[in-house]
Amino acid sequence: MALVAFRDVQKTYRSLQGVDDLAVEHFDVEIEPEEFFCLVGPSGCGKTTVLKMLAGFEAPTAGQILMAGRPVTGPSRDRGVVFQGDDSLYGWLTAVENVEFGLRMRGVARAERRERALRYLELVGLRGQESKYPAELSGGMKQRIQIARALVNEPTMLLMDEPFAALDAQTRSLMQAELATIWRTTRTTVLFITHDIDEAVTLGTRIGVMRAGPRSQLKGVIEVALNGARSRTDDVFLTYYKQVYEMIRDEVAKSLARTA
Amino acid sequence: MRSRSPLPAPPSTPRRLWNAYAGYMVGFASLFLIWHLASRYVVSSVLFPPPALVFAKAVTLVRTGVLLEHLWASIQRILAGFIAGSLLGIPIGLAMGSFRPVRKLLEPYTEFLRFIPSVAMITVAVIWFGIGEASKIFLIIYTTIFIVIINTAAGVSAIAPNKIRAAQALGATRAQIFFHVALPATVPYILTGMRLAMANSFTTIVAAELIAANEGLGKMLWDGRMFMLVDDIFVSLVTLGLLGFVVDRMFRWSIYTFAGKYSPAT
Repeated sequence: MALVAFRDVQKTYRSLQGVDDLAVEHFDVEIEPEEFFCLVGPSGCGKTTVLKMLAGFEAPTAGQILMAGRPVTGPSRDRGVVFQGDDSLYGWLTAVENVEFGLRMRGVARAERRERALRYLELVGLRGQESKYPAELSGGMKQRIQIARALVNEPTMLLMDEPFAALDAQTRSLMQAELATIWRTTRTTVLFITHDIDEAVTLGTRIGVMRAGPRSQLKGVIEVALNGARSRTDDVFLTYYKQVYEMIRDEVAKSLARTA
Repeated sequence: MRSRSPLPAPPSTPRRLWNAYAGYMVGFASLFLIWHLASRYVVSSVLFPPPALVFAKAVTLVRTGVLLEHLWASIQRILAGFIAGSLLGIPIGLAMGSFRPVRKLLEPYTEFLRFIPSVAMITVAVIWFGIGEASKIFLIIYTTIFIVIINTAAGVSAIAPNKIRAAQALGATRAQIFFHVALPATVPYILTGMRLAMANSFTTIVAAELIAANEGLGKMLWDGRMFMLVDDIFVSLVTLGLLGFVVDRMFRWSIYTFAGKYSPAT
């Protein structure tokens, strides 16, 4: 059985003029356990809307989202979330205290939660930075805290909403490599939202391409049969890149035509 | 990873003190110098005493205990009203910021009453509570509470939604989100509101004591006017200025020390 199933999901937002805008319509997809599912699409296609619904932050207007066979009714710690910006971090807590947050809410004893938090800080390469406040850390380090904070809770699934979009190119490719390693170690199922085809092909085991919004839906899914390290200069990598690119090109053009 | 570049050696202690306080000291010195020159050479009237005379008078008033008695009376009133006003205002502001119905219900009070200056309320306060402590404390509470409420509520509304969402996805309950996310995220706004309220309290207490009081810095001003004790008036004015300066510095220092990390940006 699929871990996650979107069944004919629809989401409408009411605009300021009081008109209902269909962001996502007839959205269907299934995500298997231990998969790294990347969702790509032009800006404004509702990628983030899909993530917010699975996270339970927003309810679908119609259709059904199932997680392990049960409908999603709200946020839960079986779905850890990593946000794009750093505004989800708690500026009054140190790096390690941020990571401990979920364990503390659950009443895990101080010594144990500190030990577990440090283990995950080590996993994301932040050992030695644990007593710094988020404001003292770089953008890449702040995203590492977010990843550790979600993983220490041992969620069934990790939802990542363009987590590296705000980082510089070097930091981004470093973070991608580290995330790939972390995923291979923990085998946590991932839903990864991005608009970057390169990133999707680098990380994903399957790539879902969305149509331009509004009334967006899934255009197609590409299985990525790349194993181990993926090099951007490999022919196979380029083949997948082209495949995704050709699928998304028309959608980007449509999306630009609509917003221009 | 960023590595920290070696910092230049910290300056020696006297040098550091000089760097930190030289500006203040020169600023204050120039203030008293200009006052001295203005009183001595421009106005040269008994109605505008030079600083030396005012300080001499202040020393006398401290020796006789009069100044400290007035000062203490004003400080006590400000503190009592300010603390009570903040303790009432913070939970009301938190509730207004957290729950829309509460906001709708209480906004008419805050939006209506905050435009009636506390100075205008002196009349009713004296009629209701007499000229004793109760009327002064009432007025300081009145002048404190709305600013604290409005700032606290604004702080709650300014919390990044992702902070709340992250906590939800980490398994926090509603109560936990309130105490572990909403409250600490609002601290800088609460402290800013309190600092503004403190400045208001000074205005209010002097005005109230001018009109109806048996002691206090405002009463001292009023007596000075009645008996033409110009020096006393100036002692009271300088004391108010210094007291305000010191209290505000303490506030800034405590915000910096205790809440520097509660930066609203992250």
